[in-house]
Amino acid sequence: MNGRKDAGQTQGPLRDGGPGSPAPPLLAVEEIRVYYGAIQAVRGVSLDVRERELVALLGSNGAGKTTTLRTISGLFRPRSGKITYDGADLTKLAPHRIVAAGISQSPEGRQIFGSLTVRENLLLGATPRKDRKGLGGDLERVFDLFPVLKERLAQAGGTLSGGEQQMLAMGRALMARPRLLLLDEPSLGLAPLMVRRIFEVVSRLKAEGVTILLVEQNARKALEVADRAYVLETGTVVLSGTGLELAANPEVERAYLGA
Amino acid sequence: MSASEFGQQFVNALGLGSIYALVAIGLAMVFGILRLINFAHGEVLMLGAFAAYYFAAAGLPFLVVVLLAVLTTVAIGLLMERVAYRGIRGAPDVALLLTSLAVSIALQNGALLAFDAQPKPFPTPAAIQEQLTVGGIQISVTNLVTVGVALLLMALLTLFVTRTRLGTAMRATAENAMAAQLMGINLSTVIVAAFAIGSALAAVAGILWGARVGRIEPLMGFIPVLKAFVATVIGGFGSIPGAVVGAYLLGFGEIYLVALLPGELSGYRDAFVFAALIVILLFRPQGILGSSEPEKI
Repeated sequence: MNGRKDAGQTQGPLRDGGPGSPAPPLLAVEEIRVYYGAIQAVRGVSLDVRERELVALLGSNGAGKTTTLRTISGLFRPRSGKITYDGADLTKLAPHRIVAAGISQSPEGRQIFGSLTVRENLLLGATPRKDRKGLGGDLERVFDLFPVLKERLAQAGGTLSGGEQQMLAMGRALMARPRLLLLDEPSLGLAPLMVRRIFEVVSRLKAEGVTILLVEQNARKALEVADRAYVLETGTVVLSGTGLELAANPEVERAYLGA
Repeated sequence: MSASEFGQQFVNALGLGSIYALVAIGLAMVFGILRLINFAHGEVLMLGAFAAYYFAAAGLPFLVVVLLAVLTTVAIGLLMERVAYRGIRGAPDVALLLTSLAVSIALQNGALLAFDAQPKPFPTPAAIQEQLTVGGIQISVTNLVTVGVALLLMALLTLFVTRTRLGTAMRATAENAMAAQLMGINLSTVIVAAFAIGSALAAVAGILWGARVGRIEPLMGFIPVLKAFVATVIGGFGSIPGAVVGAYLLGFGEIYLVALLPGELSGYRDAFVFAALIVILLFRPQGILGSSEPEKI
């Protein structure tokens, strides 16, 4: 059922006190195939993410990373294969139900609502939340991670800089209080200083216990923070292993780290 | 044109523009969210007018008649969405357009069978049919009521889309449906809301149209929806403020063209209107308030 080849065996979680026992993963993607019309964008990808893990999904443009994330979020339907989350089958759920189940996504290209204010963007992120009272506290948490958003609250999202929009996209995704956060290319097109800020926040979220599946073109940065990673090529997983193993893998080094 | 004539025509143009605006808002809302040009929207207007006709014939007070007509068209709009459009969500634009034309034709012919082609006198309350004379200017109360009702409904709609969670979700979905879904917004809820609001406004527009023209018939929806379509194109398709601006521009253009043109040319007013549309689109293909946004998924 699990057809991927591991580059090294998957080790016990790197966090403290991990028993290393095979607890069921929080998210399990099994052999999904996804088509855009007649083109097969994802050809049987399998991966899993355990609670509190940070897993990176690497690969070049067109490898199927974004399609995989969008399929997990329910925006695409896999033609075959299965996605389970917390033991429940997600494969046929509508996107809004998947968000309500605890998976939120900060999409590629940020996809900020440019004509809506920063506050409206953030509150839309909390759409599935039932407890409206906790929202103030959650806004404070986002401002704590991204103080600049507090100064921009009344501004239209479209007037923000690229880096600020990325912060807004991540803050918006956090407003749903996700158990699993999908981050699609959070550092794309950002200045080096901003890339560092974003990765600091990713590390901090991980430390706070958020489970993260991170799609990145910046493989070096991603492998620094990831517990494990998968490498996608033309729609299939070609390598997987811990962040350290992949960072040391000569193939990865040549293809993605630009040695 | 004398000053008093100018003033009379001004109110007249405001009235016509208001009706176009009420129809255009519904078109723009549905288009913004679904990329669907709902030509059957004109038949919703027509059915609203006929619902009012029959409820009035039952002897109900006029405000109750309006309320019941609105409820009827909301039900029709929701049924239309469920039966004709939900199954082809995300289909190519041409398929959506053809479906809406099919729905439009089906409803027209259904109405011809049910109501007969013979126009019916619209039961406008006598109080609305009067003419006021203010400072030498004759003003029809129908026009005043039309403008007042339209402005009130547009103010309420503005409050709804800016102040409520559902309204904000609708704006977000119109801007970026994919991102809206990632926020946990239920697309169906937003679409149903757009059809409900659009249909309610169309019913009011149908009643106001009936009061303006004095009679109703099964094919009456075609011209208003065509004009509303032009208004939304002028304003920038999908933009609600744009649709309203386009509607009033169109109303004024039409009324003053008729007033200014020599009698033998005024019959060509629609030709002038569409020629103006072509000119506007040549210089501003995205419409007056529209932005050139990338294609939506």
